[in-house]
Amino acid sequence: MDKDILIKVCTGTGGVASGSKEVLETFKGTISSAGIAASFSERCSAQRVGCRGFCAQDVLVDVIINGEKTTYKHVKPDMVGKIFTEHILNGTPVAEWIVDKDYHTFHQKQTKVVLSHCGEIDPEDIHAYRAVDGYKAAKMALTSMSSQEIVNIVKNSNLRGRGGAGFPTGLKWELGLRIASDIKYVICNGDEGDPGAFMDRSVMEGDPHAVIEGMIICAKATESHHGYIYVRAEYPLAVKRLQMAIEQCYEAGFLGKNTFGSGFDFDLKIFQGAGAFVCGEATALMRSIEGKRGMPTPKLWRSAEKGLWDRPTVLNNVETFANIPRIILRGADWFMRLGTERSGGTKVISLSGKVKNTGLIEVPLGVTLREIVYEIGGGIEGGKSFKALQTGGPSGGCIPEELLDTEVDYESLALAGSIMGSGGMVVLDETSCMVNTAKFFLEFTQSESCGKCTPCRIGTKRMLEILERITTGRGKEGDLELLEELGHYIRATSLCGLGMTAPNPVLSTLRYFRDEYEQHIRNKKCPAAVCRDLITYSILEAVCTGCGACKRVCPADAIRGVRKKPHRINTELCVKCGTCFDACKFKAITKV
Amino acid sequence: MEEILQKILGEYRENEGNIISILQDIEKAFGFIPEETVTWFSKKLDIPASRFFGTATFYSQFHLKPRGKNIITVCRGTACHVKGSEKLLNRLFLELDIPPDEETSTDSKFTIEKVNCIGACGIAPVTILNKEVLGKMTLDNLMKEVKKIKARE
Ligand SMILES: Cc1cc2nc3c(=O)[nH]c(=O)nc-3n(C[C@H](O)[C@H](O)[C@H](O)COP(=O)(O)O)c2cc1C
Repeated sequence: MDKDILIKVCTGTGGVASGSKEVLETFKGTISSAGIAASFSERCSAQRVGCRGFCAQDVLVDVIINGEKTTYKHVKPDMVGKIFTEHILNGTPVAEWIVDKDYHTFHQKQTKVVLSHCGEIDPEDIHAYRAVDGYKAAKMALTSMSSQEIVNIVKNSNLRGRGGAGFPTGLKWELGLRIASDIKYVICNGDEGDPGAFMDRSVMEGDPHAVIEGMIICAKATESHHGYIYVRAEYPLAVKRLQMAIEQCYEAGFLGKNTFGSGFDFDLKIFQGAGAFVCGEATALMRSIEGKRGMPTPKLWRSAEKGLWDRPTVLNNVETFANIPRIILRGADWFMRLGTERSGGTKVISLSGKVKNTGLIEVPLGVTLREIVYEIGGGIEGGKSFKALQTGGPSGGCIPEELLDTEVDYESLALAGSIMGSGGMVVLDETSCMVNTAKFFLEFTQSESCGKCTPCRIGTKRMLEILERITTGRGKEGDLELLEELGHYIRATSLCGLGMTAPNPVLSTLRYFRDEYEQHIRNKKCPAAVCRDLITYSILEAVCTGCGACKRVCPADAIRGVRKKPHRINTELCVKCGTCFDACKFKAITKV
Repeated sequence: MEEILQKILGEYRENEGNIISILQDIEKAFGFIPEETVTWFSKKLDIPASRFFGTATFYSQFHLKPRGKNIITVCRGTACHVKGSEKLLNRLFLELDIPPDEETSTDSKFTIEKVNCIGACGIAPVTILNKEVLGKMTLDNLMKEVKKIKARE
């Protein structure tokens, strides 16, 4: 019998952390439980699906009855019973748990291409993928297209690499095809090291087959017979789902010898990274697969000529590959028209930080940052005011309010002093300190610098020391100029992209938020009250009710007072952890 | 121990592995990279031990010292940072009697680790308690979780 009642539960990393496994099990248990007639339970299917993007409202559950979809938010196992009896058995949705307007505005401005399967199909089931035209494109490519034809379509689509640099994918493949060699490699870069980015994770977890299909098509286009997917170790669920998908493909004859019966061989393996940001850089990644320290090498040759084990190699990002099957199926024109003149298609963006609707979104290139923050993101959380949008992770920069009408594409973001990068966007509000933010990123790049070249290894360390000085109240006149000078040298003289972009967060915040730096240096004040050494906590006697909540939570025993009388903080003992500030219900504690 | 190492060696030969895959297997089996395992492989494969250590110290996944029984990982990604993960981290160090510049408590019951980003930014700040990912963490809840573990120990 056909299943006309579908229950879809989000099981990405975000969903699982919010308890989606238990929710799914409870649904399954309820369906097969004794009280439900067998003829009815046969019509129901509860299935796992990938991330649908709106992680802030997880666990999200779709109940689809005869094609009519109702979505519930924040579902917990103990809510399942009610949803089942009232909605599924008796046809009345549980109104109070249904998603509200936010959920719909979140989706309205989006155009889902890469994410179109995420949240819709079971990522662990190849049949579910095939039911939505999966592997049709690969089959076409392998059985009825020439390598050059595929390359031409990709070139005409205007697809540019989603890994950060935006290199035209068709051109890269053409180079790969032209160079003759008995052994060539195709590599998928699933390292996604940028903190604040989770697009690639969601695609690998939610639609692993699309990535593999893209790679098969690339293999044919470049006449390569060996592939690797490099996934970072921090993504265990992505590794598991890709591994299952690869096994299913071997069984179905889509990978291995004579794929799709076309006579073309393609073998694909997963390589797990071991925790190093720099390994996302193409040459470092290849050294890592070779079992070496992941250090970038000068690009005397393009990887298309000499890459992995000195063989011609084409390397693309996860999202780049996931776009390919769609381009082959729907044509280059369709894809090109989705984007701007210079870059086709959509971009998946992970939106997080101090914004109401955090999660994964996909927009056509060319929408403005304001639309992303205020329409899709729903504006700033908790009635606070917007301060900056950080884009491009540790290689990017911070964009202030007045530039929010900038369009999302590679060139416009660069003009605004930031980069598109991998597509991570983190919203900062008035409670974020820009100096602290710059320091945060520099700490990251400094510790992730592989140490090979001096400007990056030592230069970032010196810059970090200056920022540490400034945030602890020891900043000096001339520090800002020194930061700028160092930044320019590091940018100009580093070997790889890590060093070349490491100063960006500092330089861009200096450009737009210089006064905040100056306040730290001249007045020894942190206007956002973030930098620990520059703030003091105290209790407003007039507001304090003497409830003692702060005293109980203080880990340093720094708060004194008797019940119902105003309390006091001993600033000598205070470790400035902020616990009391969060614990006070009467807003009696201030930090300045 | 010998048996486990033999098995790892077998897999290495079968799957054309490399130093990283050996180290990953050792780490999985022992929870860290004991020095004698490196000497063992170095002799068997005739690869200098320095290459193993050079690789092990490059990647954050490998540990040269034994780790605590319970591992608390605080995500230090951007979204988590913006949502206060530093506070969580500072409080953990304060609470768990961990010597300065170390990450494991003197009684070996706890190890605190930072991870660059686990990509669960939508539910920041995130901590991982013994492999279980917990989102939207607050100081209060974190201390409750720590107490639970302490009570078990
Ligand atoms: C420090 C550094 C880190 C990088 N990390 C990643 C990454 O995590 N994922 C990725 O796809 N590309 C990353 N890149 C870019 C890659 O070097 C490469 O350009 C990209 O994977 C090519 O794929 P694409 O053409 O599909 O964009 C990184 C580059 C640098 C310099």
